[in-house]
Order: sequence, then structure tokens, then C-alpha cells
Amino acid sequence: MSDLIITGGTVLTTDGPIRTDLRITDDRVSEIGQGLEASNVIDANEAWVGPGLVDMHSHLRDPGQDWKEDIATGTGAAAVGGYTAVLAMPNTIPVVDNAQIALYVSERGRRVGSADVYPSGCLTMGGDGERMAHIDEMWDAGVRVFTDDGTSVESAAVLRLAMEYIANLGGLVAQHAVDGAMSAHGYMHEGSVSSRLGMHGIPSEAEEIVISRDLALVRLTGVSYHVQHLSSMVGVGLIRQAKADGLPVTAEVTPHHLVFDHTDVASTDADFKMMPPLRSAEDRDALVLGLQDGTIDIVATDHAPHAPREKEVPFEHAPNGVIGLEWAASVTNSVIGDDQVRFFAALSSSPARIAQITDHGHAITIGSTANLVVFDPTERWTPTDSVSRSRNAPYFGRELIGRVRATVRAGQLTHGSTA
Amino acid sequence: MNHLLTTEGLSREVLEGLLTDAQEFAEVLERPIPKVPALRGRTVATMFFEPSTRTKMSFDKAAKALSADTVAFSASTSSLSKGESLKDTALTVHAMGIDLMIVRHGATGAPWRLAEWLDIPIVNAGDGAHQHPTQALLDCLTITQRFGSLEGLKIAIVGDIRHSRVARSDMFAMSTLGADVTLVGPPTLLPVHMDGWPARTSTDLDAAIEDADVVYLLRVQTERGGGSVFPSLPEYTKRYGMTNDRFSRLKAKAVVLHPGPMNRGVEISHDVADDERALVLQQVSNGVAARMAVLFALLGGDSDV
Repeated sequence: MSDLIITGGTVLTTDGPIRTDLRITDDRVSEIGQGLEASNVIDANEAWVGPGLVDMHSHLRDPGQDWKEDIATGTGAAAVGGYTAVLAMPNTIPVVDNAQIALYVSERGRRVGSADVYPSGCLTMGGDGERMAHIDEMWDAGVRVFTDDGTSVESAAVLRLAMEYIANLGGLVAQHAVDGAMSAHGYMHEGSVSSRLGMHGIPSEAEEIVISRDLALVRLTGVSYHVQHLSSMVGVGLIRQAKADGLPVTAEVTPHHLVFDHTDVASTDADFKMMPPLRSAEDRDALVLGLQDGTIDIVATDHAPHAPREKEVPFEHAPNGVIGLEWAASVTNSVIGDDQVRFFAALSSSPARIAQITDHGHAITIGSTANLVVFDPTERWTPTDSVSRSRNAPYFGRELIGRVRATVRAGQLTHGSTA
Repeated sequence: MNHLLTTEGLSREVLEGLLTDAQEFAEVLERPIPKVPALRGRTVATMFFEPSTRTKMSFDKAAKALSADTVAFSASTSSLSKGESLKDTALTVHAMGIDLMIVRHGATGAPWRLAEWLDIPIVNAGDGAHQHPTQALLDCLTITQRFGSLEGLKIAIVGDIRHSRVARSDMFAMSTLGADVTLVGPPTLLPVHMDGWPARTSTDLDAAIEDADVVYLLRVQTERGGGSVFPSLPEYTKRYGMTNDRFSRLKAKAVVLHPGPMNRGVEISHDVADDERALVLQQVSNGVAARMAVLFALLGGDSDV
């Protein structure tokens, strides 16, 4: 067994970023220091070295929709994007509302995954918003995050009971905060662009209403609560206030909500269709600010693959979602600026902490599991293709700043190569 | 002009050119043999993904009056229900040898998608609640025939503005041609955000029609909107309908337009609908001429009219 060394990088250690080499032996970091030598070398060449990225919001479409993606192809895209762990959303076919499906996802991840796969579970049976899912047995199967992602739990009474149950276990309730009735006929943000297009809109209030109600339930139940794919300025304001009030609340933003806005939808290109929708430039700026000031804890991809034929239809008929695992780090870097600590907080340590993924997201120390990424924050590149099974993304042909050079999961290269 | 997708952004010069051609074609349609050979040998496809009888007939008549061949695709008898994507449908029809497509679709932007996928001219025959540019042309032609031009005219467009492609198309075309446009309707049927629209809005029809030269009544579409958008039809008629009483208060030369089909007794009274100053049938006739002008402009016919 030959060692692998990473040379010349700025390594994120428990003492902060340090210019040093590091050695990986088997699946562990075995040595941190200058002038290391081995036959297998990754030359980081001044790039950042840090904990492998953790995505808290991936739709791997497995089981049930393998024409869009499966666990092998989805984690392949994750590895290219620097991820060593992903939290799989439970709205598969069938949904993850019991231990058997949860165990299928984690076991399939172990067999074919290029990243570690952690299942999340539904809050309600079949995601129907009415009956509590098999939360206990999923908990015993390792599920720590519960969400009916894709829909909001409409009934406050149902959500309250699930929150009470999950609070007692110590799990996390993650909410797709889009009011169902307010968004039922909508396809995009309600604003000047939707009015001009004559397209039914989804007002920011659809998000505001759900978060406001849920915060009342968080006060009532004390559960740890996470807002998925935050999209509006008013939503950012609610989270900021909730944190100031000391509530156990966290929030994520997607890469696309950080760089695009509803004017991009004017093209009616279905690759700009997702839920929640791209909102105004003012909302986008508030999200960027929220990420910079820590109101928003993490960037999560909401990687949502759909086959080309499903998107090659009019905007209103297309399914919601875009893929994002391969360039989320680049987009985040472009938005955050030159800040290694904040970069890895938003993409690795915070999502791992919030989702209770304990094997990932730690600063690099001797003896820790070698889940690592080498990220060059300065390289400019333009995505032209994807290793995902789907292609639904608005990033092709757009220049991004920063690129993943190599990904190491448990000591093995899952992306990049040695010199 | 490679396509006709929207009236937004069309220059006054282009609009006036189309109206001039349309007027000539209107005169052709008055001839004993109302047909010219301008587009002989060309094939035009009507692609109607949303049910429509009158607009489709009008385009069909326009193409035939230019001696073009027409083929028709209709969603009800197509493979759409078999899950074929819009792109595949478009490529399939295109492969039959089509020179121009006329597209009506219930979803906003569908004609833009086709324009991106295909290298032939696309005419938008109505997409969602977005645009219906040939309707705007025929409306402007009708008004021009009556008043000489649209310059300085006060036009009130009344009704369900929020869900109307006719209102959007007319507003942009009419204001570009110099008219002063006011959009009138109940608050639930006016657009929520109208940044940069070249029109004013009002919820007060009686005030808006005082000095109006043209009152354009939209069809009440109770099937759109996803819920109750006003209390009841009688209440709508009382506040926003062209009743006999309101009609009597219009300026003497003011005219009433309607895109059809009319709901007599709702947005327009029975008597007003039959009045000489309601130009509804003239609009229909002009529809053929306006569409001939569009097809002629896009396919660059090489024979003289």
C-alpha cells in the first residue's frame, strides 16, 4: 500500500489555514508537515485543501427515476464537485418514509457511490402531509434529517406533532417553505417579469407565510429547524430575527438563487425553472448578504436532475429543478470571495454539523478520516458538460471562478489524478 | 424580421409597414378573385396546441389567399398525449418540409422555444396569457381604417388584463403607434407588477371612458385565474360591462372593439354588440388581411400583389 501526498496546498487545519503538505495512509491522514515525499502526489500548487464538501440537498432519484439520475451517477457528479458526502432527499419513488427504503439508499451508496450517501426521511407517510412517517425506525436506521421536500407540510397540527417527536429524538426538521395554495398555479416569481409574461406567479409571501408559522411551532416544540432553499429577502429577514431570538434555526441557499434572478426566466428556458423560483435581484442580493453575514448557514445544491425530454417543453409544463453538484463550490467561491474558512464552513463543516453527518466536515488533523478536497479558488472555467445523467442546468457556457482539482474520499481519489 | 413572436419592442416603422401591407391585402380580399400567387409553392403549418377555431381558420384563409399550401397539426389528435416532447414534435413536423410555423400554445414562451429549435420563421398565434401579436395588428388596422392613425387616440382596454395576451399585445403595439392606453379592470384582474409598461391603469371604467376614442372590451374568462377573481358576473357587468347606459355616454365618434367570442350581456350588452360603432366583424375580416401581411413579410414572397 503506497501513500498519497498532497503538496503545496493551503490546508485547513484546526489551527486555521496553513501552507503545508499532508500524507494519507490507507483511509487516514497520517502526517502533516513540509517536504513530504511519496510516489503518488497531488500537487495542490497553492490551492486550498480542506474537508470534503457535504451537500445537504441532493435529489439522487434513486429508487424509482433512474432515467434522471441514480446513486452512482449522482455521487459521480458529487465527486467531480468536491463532495465526499451527500444527503439524499426522500421524495423518491417510493418515498423514504420507512427504514427499508432508507437502508436501501445508504446500502446502495456504499456499493456504488463515489461519495458517502446519507438518506433523509419524510416527515409524513408517502409525503402526504397527514400521517406521521415511520420516524422511529428511520432514526434507528441512521436517518437524522426529516423533510417532505418538494412540498411543504401544510397542516400546522401535523407538523407540530412531528416536530415534538423529532425534538425528543434529537433530529432535524427541514422544511420546503413554499405555501401550497399560494403557489399552486404559479410557475415563477410573482413580479414584473411574470406580469409581462402573463405567467402565474408565486409571491415571496408564499415563503414568508410558511417560515413565520413554522417559527411559532419551533418556539412551541423546541425542535431544531432548517429552512431549505431560502429564496426571498423577507425569508432572510425572518431567519436573521429568529437567530437573534436564540431559536435553533438554520438555513440554506442554493447556488442558482445566488447568481440568477427572475429576469433570466424571461427567456422561458425551462433550465431556469425550479421551486422556489428565482426571485428579484433585490432578493438575490439579500441572499448573498445573508450568506456573507452568516444568517444563511450553508450552500446546498438542490441538485434536481431531469431528462432532456422532460425539459424540452414549454416552461410551464417543465418539471422544477436544476442540477448543481458539479459547480456549487465554484458559484459559492465566486459569491463569498477569497475566504477559505468561510468557504469550507458553508460547504462542509456547517452542513455536516446541521445534518449530523459525523464522519465529514472536520478540519484536517492527523488520524482523521481522509475525506478531502483540493480546490483552486482562482481558476476560471466554463462548464460545457456534466457527468450527471441529466443536463438541466443554466451554467453551461457561463464562466465560473474556482474549480475542484481533486476529491479524496476515505483515502481514495474520487476525482482528479496524481502527478 | 425573422419571426413574429411579440409586439413588445417592434418598431413603429415595422408596425406601420405591416399595417400598410395589411391594408393592401384587405383590398385584395375585396376583389372578385380574392387571391394572389405570392407564396405559391410554400408550405405553412398551423400548430395549435390549444383549441382554437377562429384564429386557425383566419390563418388558414390568409395562407390560402397568398396561394401557400397549408398543413395542420392539432394537439387533440397528435402524439402529445403519448409523451412526445414539444421539441420532438416540432422537429418532426419541420422534417416534412415546412417553410413557416404558426403556433398557438397554452403555455407562455412556447413559440420562443420553437424559434430556438428550428431555423424557419415562427408566428406566435397566442401563447398563454403572454402575447398574440397578429390580434394586435388586426386591431390596429381596424382602428387605423376608422381614425386614419392611432396617434393621440385615447384607448381604454377593459377587463381581465392579468390573464390576457390580447391586452399585452395591443398595449405595446398601440402605444408604439402613438396611442394613449389605459388598462381598466377590477384589482384582481390587473397585473400585480407593471414596471415599465407603456400604459396607465384604472379600476374606474366610468372615468376611463369619458374621453376615450376606443374602448376595447376583453372577453371575461371565468375559466382562468384559479379561483374567484370577482364576486359575480352581474357585479362585473355593473362595474365593468359596456352597458347601453355607458355606451350612451361615450364620445360620439368613439368605437368599441372586442376580440371575440363575445359574452353578450356580460362585458358587452346585446344592443352595443350590434351597433354600427362596434367594429367586431370588421376586426374579423381584418384578421385575414393582417395575417397575410405577416406571412408575406416573413416568407418574402417574390411576386407583386
